[in-house]
Amino acid sequence: MPVEVRDLTHTYNEDSPFAAAALRDVSFAIEDGEFLGVIGHTGSGKSTLIQHLNGLIRPTSGTVIVNGLDLSDKSTDLRRVRRRVGLVFQYPEYQLFEETVQKDIAFGPRNLGLDGDEVQRRVEEACALVELPFAAVRDKSPFELSGGQKRRVAIAGVLAMEPEVLILDEPTAGLDPAGRDAILALIRRWHEGGRTIVMVSHSMEDVARLADRILVLDHGKKAMEGTPREVFADAGRLQEMGLDVPAATRLARELSDRGFDVPRDLYTLEELEEALLRAFGEGGSAC
Amino acid sequence: MLKDITLGQFYPGDSLVHRLDPRVKLVLMVVYIAMVFLVEGFLGYLFLAAFLAVSAFLSRIRIKFLLRSIRPVLFIVVFTFVLNILFTRGDHPILEWGVLHITWEGVRFAVFMSLRLVFLLAGTSLLTLTTSPIALTDALERLLKPLNALHFPVHEMAMMMTIALRFIPTLLEETDKIMKAQTARGADFDTGNLLQRAKAMVPLLVPLFVGAFRRADELAMAMEARCYHGGRHRTRMKVLRVSRADGWACGATAATLLLILLERLL
Repeated sequence: MPVEVRDLTHTYNEDSPFAAAALRDVSFAIEDGEFLGVIGHTGSGKSTLIQHLNGLIRPTSGTVIVNGLDLSDKSTDLRRVRRRVGLVFQYPEYQLFEETVQKDIAFGPRNLGLDGDEVQRRVEEACALVELPFAAVRDKSPFELSGGQKRRVAIAGVLAMEPEVLILDEPTAGLDPAGRDAILALIRRWHEGGRTIVMVSHSMEDVARLADRILVLDHGKKAMEGTPREVFADAGRLQEMGLDVPAATRLARELSDRGFDVPRDLYTLEELEEALLRAFGEGGSAC
Repeated sequence: MLKDITLGQFYPGDSLVHRLDPRVKLVLMVVYIAMVFLVEGFLGYLFLAAFLAVSAFLSRIRIKFLLRSIRPVLFIVVFTFVLNILFTRGDHPILEWGVLHITWEGVRFAVFMSLRLVFLLAGTSLLTLTTSPIALTDALERLLKPLNALHFPVHEMAMMMTIALRFIPTLLEETDKIMKAQTARGADFDTGNLLQRAKAMVPLLVPLFVGAFRRADELAMAMEARCYHGGRHRTRMKVLRVSRADGWACGATAATLLLILLERLL
């Protein structure tokens, strides 16, 4: 299900003194099975952008085409798009509402009009995907769970719809490191099933770890686009936009600045480890 | 969808009307409302229109924006007009057809009633458009202060109003967000019969209430952490002061009132 965004512009409260341009002429495409990371400073238009991808808001101008369907066209049936593009909002645990975890996860699939057995299968599968012990939580109220568990229930609620494109807005915000790792691991597992993912994040580490390609937004405009290696190579530009590079990249660059033989464009911990071993480990010249 | 509500909205600015003392504005608004109900003739409406036009001009708020506040109650205005035109009895008929009697008196009365509503709305909107909710509750607190003598908790009431007003945009935003999130999960708020629609609100209302209680709890905690402690002996960061412009505003209002009373008496 390819997604294509062309010259997308969105202005909130048009024609009023509160008018604010959230997006300006943004164009990009998402291939099938790709993992796109979207980064940008607060207020750069990330959230506005992803809400366009399943038709929750309509473009002021420009087009969004999902699987050949033009979402800016008023006659397009957006529900058809929404069942194939899943969106996990920021702090999704605040949308939980049902009496039991099971019912809450089943809300999406039931809205798709699936029969009872299929809904049940999907709920159980989604629970397994987010590593919630189904038997133990199925009849609990979602409001009794811990913060990390609530979030996993909320994500499971979207996964149970089995969307071909999954969009996540800051899925790890406000979680402790263990919770964060759990969420990232489940996103990775979902992606390994060959599904397309778009993830918005503040954390350069998270994006570096998972994304195939990164889109950088700055004040509603597309500032950079490329592989993590390409994007993180331009640390200066990212810092100008109030962003940063992953800690691994920062360390590598510092070392390189001080004359050590470490590549400047690495961005994962694994790469850093390898480079450090080469430079400082056995047979290395530096020590 | 939820952002289209202009009634009671504040339109930030720095015009003469914006800078008037909110207490004065509030009192003048009461006088204005009294005037709207005192007016009896065309001339009186003319004075009132002139008064409103000058205020609107000085506030530098676009007429389009001011008129938009009338839109939600346009139905009531039209309804009043039709009812009055049909059911007012008079001696000078224009049209008689079966049970329909339209008279000069009826037309006159219908026009006046509708105008009255429009003036009422336009005027009060002008007040809320040019005065921030915080300033308004501040003014209200000051004006109601004498009630303290009767052990009426004026400060607490004002604080509650301030907080309620403060959270309206937050709750609207939250509603919008939850609605979108549930729509993304396939919820449908717009179609179906009344019962289905009411049911469809559950996924919206439960998280909204849970969120509101959470926020209230957090706010109470934050206020206590900063040693908030009721009304007595509190000083203000912004002390309200009556300026010369307030004098002019009072003068203009008094003059209009006088003209209207004169027209009524003569």
